[in-house]
Amino acid sequence: MPQLLITLITIAAVVGAIPGVCNYLILLERKLSAWMQDRVGPNRVGPMGLFQPLADGLKLLLKEEVIPSHVDRILFLIAPGISVFTALLAFAVVPFGPVGDTAAPSFIRFIIAPNIDIGLVFIFAVGSLAVYGIVLGGWASNNKYSALGALRASAQVVSYEIPLGMSVLGIALLSGTLNLEQIMQQQVAGGIMAWNIWFQPLAALMFFTASLAEANRLPFDLAECEQELVGGWHTEYSALKWALFFLGEYTHMITISFLTSILFLGGWHFPGIAEADSAYAGAWLVKLLVLVSKAFFFICVIIMLRWTIPRFRFDQLMELAWRVMIPLSLANLLMVMFCAHFGVSRWWLLPGSLMLFAAWGMISASLREAERRAKPGYVRRKATAAHGHAGHGHGAGHASGHSAAH
Amino acid sequence: MSQTAKKKNVRWVEEPELGFWESTFVPAIMQGLKTTLKHVVDRKPVTQQYPEVKPELPLHYRGVHRLNRDEKDRVKCVACMMCATACPANCITIEAQAAPPEWPDRDKFPKSFVLDELRCIYCGMCEEACPVDAIELTHIYDLTGESRSDLLYDREKLLGVFDRTRNDARDPVRTRRGVLGPASEFQQLPALGPATGVPQSDRSAKAETAGVIRTTGVEGQR
Repeated sequence: MPQLLITLITIAAVVGAIPGVCNYLILLERKLSAWMQDRVGPNRVGPMGLFQPLADGLKLLLKEEVIPSHVDRILFLIAPGISVFTALLAFAVVPFGPVGDTAAPSFIRFIIAPNIDIGLVFIFAVGSLAVYGIVLGGWASNNKYSALGALRASAQVVSYEIPLGMSVLGIALLSGTLNLEQIMQQQVAGGIMAWNIWFQPLAALMFFTASLAEANRLPFDLAECEQELVGGWHTEYSALKWALFFLGEYTHMITISFLTSILFLGGWHFPGIAEADSAYAGAWLVKLLVLVSKAFFFICVIIMLRWTIPRFRFDQLMELAWRVMIPLSLANLLMVMFCAHFGVSRWWLLPGSLMLFAAWGMISASLREAERRAKPGYVRRKATAAHGHAGHGHGAGHASGHSAAH
Repeated sequence: MSQTAKKKNVRWVEEPELGFWESTFVPAIMQGLKTTLKHVVDRKPVTQQYPEVKPELPLHYRGVHRLNRDEKDRVKCVACMMCATACPANCITIEAQAAPPEWPDRDKFPKSFVLDELRCIYCGMCEEACPVDAIELTHIYDLTGESRSDLLYDREKLLGVFDRTRNDARDPVRTRRGVLGPASEFQQLPALGPATGVPQSDRSAKAETAGVIRTTGVEGQR
């Protein structure tokens, strides 16, 4: 079958499937959120609320499209398009099944653009373009809250881009390629002990965290935090344009879930079920399902995290990126470079990563302590405990001298 | 200076120090995920599926009004204007008329009795004010109408509410009417219970009045 036709079929399948999947992810998110909070969740439309996404989609289609008079019309209209376009484009190089499996029907390829050697770079390049949609939308809205949301989003994406990229560089060094299919293939060929998570656990953690920040998901959704910014950058948007922004966000979520599974968890490999040499009938379907369920697992984790961690303060967000994740990912990268250059076994990377993780805890604990120490009126904890009430009730000069004495 | 202002009877609490594990966030997040996962797996929603499952209202629920009928099916109201006077929302309009001679037990009866259900705040003051227990609030809560005038309840409509609810266990006719009205025979009437919910151990819970709400179970659950 001609490659062009296959490509067209794959594009049609992906572009057709993603909005529907996103719709049902929203239902999943609403249901999971409800269950976590001991509620019932949407249950009116269809059995167990299964047709709720259809009703939602219909509502968003039929709603009035409000374009406020004070907006920059062209940019205002383009922004949601950019958001969706970049999110979908990034998905083009993500393999979502067993690419190259000869048993699979020939008209399915499981990746839109195969054999892109710069796969990872492409994803990061295009994925971070999504912030243009947010910035343009926020700016074109001509609204202070939208502009603030857009500013926050851009600062956040620029900051988290660095740890995101650097945490993956280790994988690129280990695999010797940026091609996602090959990275997956190497892990599949090596079995479960070749999954990259064994060599790069810290990078996996940082990659997942940073991509949450990239996708503006909680706990990093400062760009749209309702308590401070009304709706953030999409305050002025309604109906389908608003829906497009969210389609972009959920597509981003799908992409990062697939990426995490492919880069760190061995793609479609699962011991006993989907091995490199499993050739039973329908094996390609099982492999596809394995990869999809791994991605589904991460999506569930993302949704669960949403109701588990409170939102970061903006300075904490920046601190996490610049003080913790960038140095750590740099150190991790150096470690991988060391291993690769001197031919040390890559199993040394596992204890190395754990040590780096411990260093993170120690560094941030000591940073906090230093911050506390710098505050006026600092009293060392153990000293106050030993003195008991003796420290209280002194004169002004006395008390300050008291704390200075330590 | 703030250090010197410390009083001895005040317990000063410092923010807990973040240790090694807290600084890495990971154990705390895992703990949080455990909690949320526990709720997902073992969920006990308290939601009532409203249109299918009707709420169990407390007995003192104050819904749509009714005008009670006496044993001869006449309207009990004697048009004394007490309810209209007591009403804080001014939603009751009564037009009185001299009672016909065959009604020797009263001077007046309401020619028209209009209660604006949209204006009413359902405080129950009319019920409290009424000396002959003619106006009462029922359990009906799903009051709808297609226009504002639909919800101006006149005498017939209010009597109709009585006919609908007279045999409903949730809306007992709270008192009987004597010759001069219940106020004249207060010594024979049972003790009045409080209008709010009381625990069963409370003395007033043993009052015989129909309106007492006994909060069994509810408190035990919380």
